[in-house]
Amino acid sequence: MSEPEKDHGTVVGEDPNRRDFIYIAAGAAAVGAVGVIAAPLVSQMNPAADTLAMASAEFDLGKVQEGMQVVIKWRGKPLFVRYRTPKEIKEAEDVKLSDLKDPQTDADRVKKGKEQYLILVGSCTHLGCVPTFGAGDFGGWFCPCHGSHYDTSGRIRKGPAPLNLAVPEYTYLSDTKVKIG
Amino acid sequence: MSDHPSTYEPKTGVEKWLDQRLPIVRLAYDSFVDYPTPRNLNYWWTFGGILSVCLMIQIITGIILVMHYVPHVDMAFNSVERIMRDVNYGWLIRYVHANGASMFFFAVFVHMFRGLYYGSYKAPREVLWILGCIIFFLMIATAFMGYVLPWGQMSFHGAVVITNLIGAIPVIGGPILTWLQGGFAVDQPTLNRFFSLHYLLPFVIAGVVILHIWALHVTGQNNPAGVEIKSKEDTVPFTPYATVKDGLGIILFLMLFSLFVFFMPNALGHADNYIPANPLVTPAHIVPEWYMLPFYAILRAVPDKFLGVVAMFGAIAVIFVLPWLDTSKVRSMRYRPVMRWFFVIFVVVCLGLGWCGGQLPDDMVFSIGTNSDGNPIGLNYVWLTRGLTFYYFAFFLIIMPWIGLKEDPLPVPASISEAILADHAKKKG
Repeated sequence: MSEPEKDHGTVVGEDPNRRDFIYIAAGAAAVGAVGVIAAPLVSQMNPAADTLAMASAEFDLGKVQEGMQVVIKWRGKPLFVRYRTPKEIKEAEDVKLSDLKDPQTDADRVKKGKEQYLILVGSCTHLGCVPTFGAGDFGGWFCPCHGSHYDTSGRIRKGPAPLNLAVPEYTYLSDTKVKIG
Repeated sequence: MSDHPSTYEPKTGVEKWLDQRLPIVRLAYDSFVDYPTPRNLNYWWTFGGILSVCLMIQIITGIILVMHYVPHVDMAFNSVERIMRDVNYGWLIRYVHANGASMFFFAVFVHMFRGLYYGSYKAPREVLWILGCIIFFLMIATAFMGYVLPWGQMSFHGAVVITNLIGAIPVIGGPILTWLQGGFAVDQPTLNRFFSLHYLLPFVIAGVVILHIWALHVTGQNNPAGVEIKSKEDTVPFTPYATVKDGLGIILFLMLFSLFVFFMPNALGHADNYIPANPLVTPAHIVPEWYMLPFYAILRAVPDKFLGVVAMFGAIAVIFVLPWLDTSKVRSMRYRPVMRWFFVIFVVVCLGLGWCGGQLPDDMVFSIGTNSDGNPIGLNYVWLTRGLTFYYFAFFLIIMPWIGLKEDPLPVPASISEAILADHAKKKG
């Protein structure tokens, strides 16, 4: 029974190996096609070219008074520019690195000779809320959403946030003018 | 039940003609008129019908709102205010839609607790239960994105917090977050896509609801006795019995609904959402809508960012696997004297988690004095939430499997009709 069938199959070109090849080739082509179609459909959700072309911001530090902060909008997020008092700077510098969750010295977070100006992305590293100025146990910021406390260097000291408030890239254009981004 | 033979007889020529081409009237007749329903269903079973009404109300009012709403960061807030002030009956349609979300969740929670109490997730209804869980998850996603659209303060900062949850995933979290937001912060691209998805998802929900009802009609309905239908004496036809009972449930539910829409339309909302979104200031007390509060509380109970997110999603994921966590041979908790008390505690715990989710974590539930710094000592909300979160997970992962093996259930009736006769005898005697 099986012999004639096999012969018959060979004659009309039903070689099982050739069939397997066709199945695999067709399947692979289908998977490839789905991938090629899916890629642009997924990728369109990423930031568009105009969103990526983020403007840098210039800021005149003369607008900030000692002991105060100014909040400006930068790349859709708040940016803190804080003019720290000598007491706040000393508090930030005196902290032992071993006490920190995300160890970083205060000197690494400001420009040398301009220790009074602290420039930070004002977005809590927990879930992105805007921390409140001057509140919390460490005199820096306190995030109202889930209770993260930051010190006067913007470093995380207590609460669920894993990292310090981010320091953006910035350069001094003149003695009182900075360019952020 | 699937083995129930069709009793539909087309009477008119048009019905006969259609029945041979697309038997849609037959399907409707067999599903909602002559469908055999357990005769002991109580009013907890009316919430399925109530939920269908909720979905329809949300879709109809939603489509109308889209005719007037503008999904743009500069115009969204004002377009919602315009709906409230200038559009004819706009206030009514928006209040129905906004309160409808709350009513929908209220009904779905009752529906889920009913399923939990009467063991409606147990074999052979696992797929039915999982489809319900999928609907619940889609509802959460839809409601969250809908809440963002008015672009008020709570909308904006809620969107910031919830999308940042994704960013907690190690390594890939950051790129996924940017992909989801369409930028480096919640902004116009985020609002636009949330609007698109908020319009889409209700129709996906409607699709899964059809699967849910299909699965329900394959296994047949569970009932308070938790025993399967065995004979014709156990059932009554869906119409008029279930239709009328569901109808009364729906009317009572719509009365509650109207109470909110007409007398306290903002009671379940938050005043801060009537302030236009400001990315530079987060509201001092940020809370999600009430129906998300238990899950929000679980998120905050865990001190680690990533593990908090894992716990929150785990709280929903554990509901999906419930059919395989319950080891009891008895379906209905009516005959499970020990488990029913753990169920009562579970309901209280869920309400407690919701309450904690709305409080500030470091505030005190009660204090028993003050320490040397003058700070109160006692139980704060974080620790209360941690206790409640522990019970929430223990209920599914420890109590469910363990009590199922240890408990001596009460005698289960042989059939639904026997259960009813026993009830009647008890009432008379």
